[in-house]
Amino acid sequence: MTFEYAPAPESRSIVSIKPKYGHFIDGKFVNGRNHFATINPANEEVLSQIALGSVSDVDKAVIAAQKAYTKTWSKLSGKERGKYLYRIARILQERAREFAVLETLDNGKPIRETRDIDIPLVAAHFFYHAGWADKLDYAGMGKSPQPHGVAGQIIPWNFPLLMLAWKVAPALATGNTVVLKPAETTSLTALLFAEVCQQAELPNGVVNIVTGDGSTGSAIVNHAGIHKIAFTGSTEVGKKIARAIAGTNKKATLELGGKGANIVFDDAPIDETVEGIVNGIFFNQGHVCCAGSRLILQEGIADEITEKLKARMSKIRVGDPLDKNTDLGAINSREQLNKINELSAAGDAEGAQRWSPSCNLSDKGFWFAPTIFTGVTQAHRIAREEIFGPVLSILTFRTPQEAIEKANNTPFGLSAGVWSEKGSRILWATQQLRAGVIWANTFNKFDPTSPFGGYKESGWGREGGKHGLAAYLKEGK
Amino acid sequence: MSFYGIVDGSEGSLKNFLSQLPGVDQVGAEARAAMLATRSIKTTSKRWAIDTAISMVDLTTLEGADTPGKVRALCTKAVRPDPTDLTIPSVGAVCVYNDMVSIARTHLDAIGGQHVPVAAVSTAFPSGRASMEVKIQDTQDAIDAGAAEIDMVIDRGAFLSGKFGLVFDEIVKIREVCGDRAHLKVIFETGELVTYDNVRKASYLAMLAGADFIKTSTGKVAPAATPPVVLVMLEAVRDFYAMTNRRIGVKPAGGIRNTKDAIKQLVLVNETVGPEWLTPEFFRIGASALLNDLLMQRMKMDDGYYASPNYVTID
Repeated sequence: MTFEYAPAPESRSIVSIKPKYGHFIDGKFVNGRNHFATINPANEEVLSQIALGSVSDVDKAVIAAQKAYTKTWSKLSGKERGKYLYRIARILQERAREFAVLETLDNGKPIRETRDIDIPLVAAHFFYHAGWADKLDYAGMGKSPQPHGVAGQIIPWNFPLLMLAWKVAPALATGNTVVLKPAETTSLTALLFAEVCQQAELPNGVVNIVTGDGSTGSAIVNHAGIHKIAFTGSTEVGKKIARAIAGTNKKATLELGGKGANIVFDDAPIDETVEGIVNGIFFNQGHVCCAGSRLILQEGIADEITEKLKARMSKIRVGDPLDKNTDLGAINSREQLNKINELSAAGDAEGAQRWSPSCNLSDKGFWFAPTIFTGVTQAHRIAREEIFGPVLSILTFRTPQEAIEKANNTPFGLSAGVWSEKGSRILWATQQLRAGVIWANTFNKFDPTSPFGGYKESGWGREGGKHGLAAYLKEGK
Repeated sequence: MSFYGIVDGSEGSLKNFLSQLPGVDQVGAEARAAMLATRSIKTTSKRWAIDTAISMVDLTTLEGADTPGKVRALCTKAVRPDPTDLTIPSVGAVCVYNDMVSIARTHLDAIGGQHVPVAAVSTAFPSGRASMEVKIQDTQDAIDAGAAEIDMVIDRGAFLSGKFGLVFDEIVKIREVCGDRAHLKVIFETGELVTYDNVRKASYLAMLAGADFIKTSTGKVAPAATPPVVLVMLEAVRDFYAMTNRRIGVKPAGGIRNTKDAIKQLVLVNETVGPEWLTPEFFRIGASALLNDLLMQRMKMDDGYYASPNYVTID
């Protein structure tokens, strides 16, 4: 007799999804004209119809944001702004389960992660920035640093509400107003957040949410009334934005792709390292810009780690994202699944060895088993291109210098990990690595107090912590 | 001498072997245990887990105030945890002090509990502070009185001062005394070893010296069987099995008082070493109060409500 866990689904009765949504402009929900479906990627059920924001919708939102900026938000003291942020944070905590279930339905990520990671971090970001609102004189940006005005924010589908929090909380704390566009496939929690803004009695127009696709995002980027762009997404789109705003007065922070190196030295704490590797690449189905997608193992322990990793991967529970015991949920969209399949096929074609544990994947919805490729070298596409899925490329090294060279030999530079029980080795390695976030003996840990951002093609600027405030402020006197 | 072809039992060979074990990252081990504690065990799997946990309980009384009457009552409960429901399995063993062994054995045999072994705590339990002669005699007495399982304590003072050879020799000697007549469980008192690195080292030391089981604690020191400690010990038996093809059992003891805690332990076993260890042969839970909570949760699953504690017997 084996210990099979009976299904333990979180109830979805706590959320009520409307059949159709509009935009949230000037404190009110307004109808959209054209709509597209948003689905549950775990079973392809249509959840709702989302409005496709047009140039004129964006224009209305920007005008509302400008009005709110000049008439109310910029006139409030930091202390008063902080009160609104604290109120939003508390409401988010009170409604945490509702947000967690809705995020899981719309995104496909497991309820364990939305419940224990996404939503608590969302509230933490609002609490953290609420605290800054009346202390900006001490942010290291001179006396009375000033907001830019209207921030245009475009966020991805991998952490829908968390990326909203990363953008909205610092913008509001620093006195900016916001026009935000959630990702095409994951708009529902942003629209529920709009309800929270109403519930918190946030002044109209301070937060505006326009849903839509790339064309809507482009309308935001190119709108003359926007003073600052904050974007998280692919490097490809990031480059387009950089081109579009070149020669304008718009400020920008771009948080783009990555191909994080996770370096394991032979004196690493083996069992916890295996956990960290799993968390580095299989957390959130690998839909993480800072994922540890390149595992770089010292040759002497490569076989042992790989064997233990395979044994551990056999315990990963893939399935219904609403089941509380699920570890790996659904791939967010068919488009993303196709991309993962395409790059994995390239790994096969280029001679890397693919391995996955046996899993029962549902025929409906978008699924991909946790996968590793061994025998990968720097010259493989799967060692260079961001897969953005549960696929790990395993490389080896002989000397510490070689590990660093391999880790840095990429156009990206967002994250890296170092595993060793030797403190001096960790300090040495982290000084050599060209990545914005480096974890030692852990991976994929996030905290609002810690700045996050990339080197090279992984982006511009930092989000979070004191450094993140700089993106939303003009230097004071 | 050679122990599994891995060490020769000398201080040097033990130090050599233990020093090349990988370290345990405290934050990582605690995070993994905490994540596994979120597993939601419901309905059919909960019922299976409750019955399995009951069959793994080493029902224990280790008080200065123990009397023959108290021990006989414990034995009766061990055989039939709930006299109104005979579908409930007997517990894994009855665990008592040395001088209570024959009373327990005689009573168990008299009431149809021949299948329930008696475990005796030994080697100057709980402190382990006695001469080797005393420890050997203590063990010999218990086995002669009918103990089929010996729960010995290691000399923590020796371990903490780096005298691994001394700790090893004591386990080897007690192993010899047990011979084929008794299973040997080796208690580390993890609350006194403090670090996970020490827990890992002690685990290998005991397994190499011939332990059949490794056990966290005496129940007299807190913290005892915390999930990360048990996780580290399970990792050790898993890796030892890969090295030697021999399965060593694990016994958390101390601090596991309710069904939720017990199920968390079973989840740790299931996802760290796998289902082969989910039997009383390889996993035991040392406890006294736990059994009644398991019984009450079992009644709740049948009846749909929590009964008063008066519906289960106190001993």
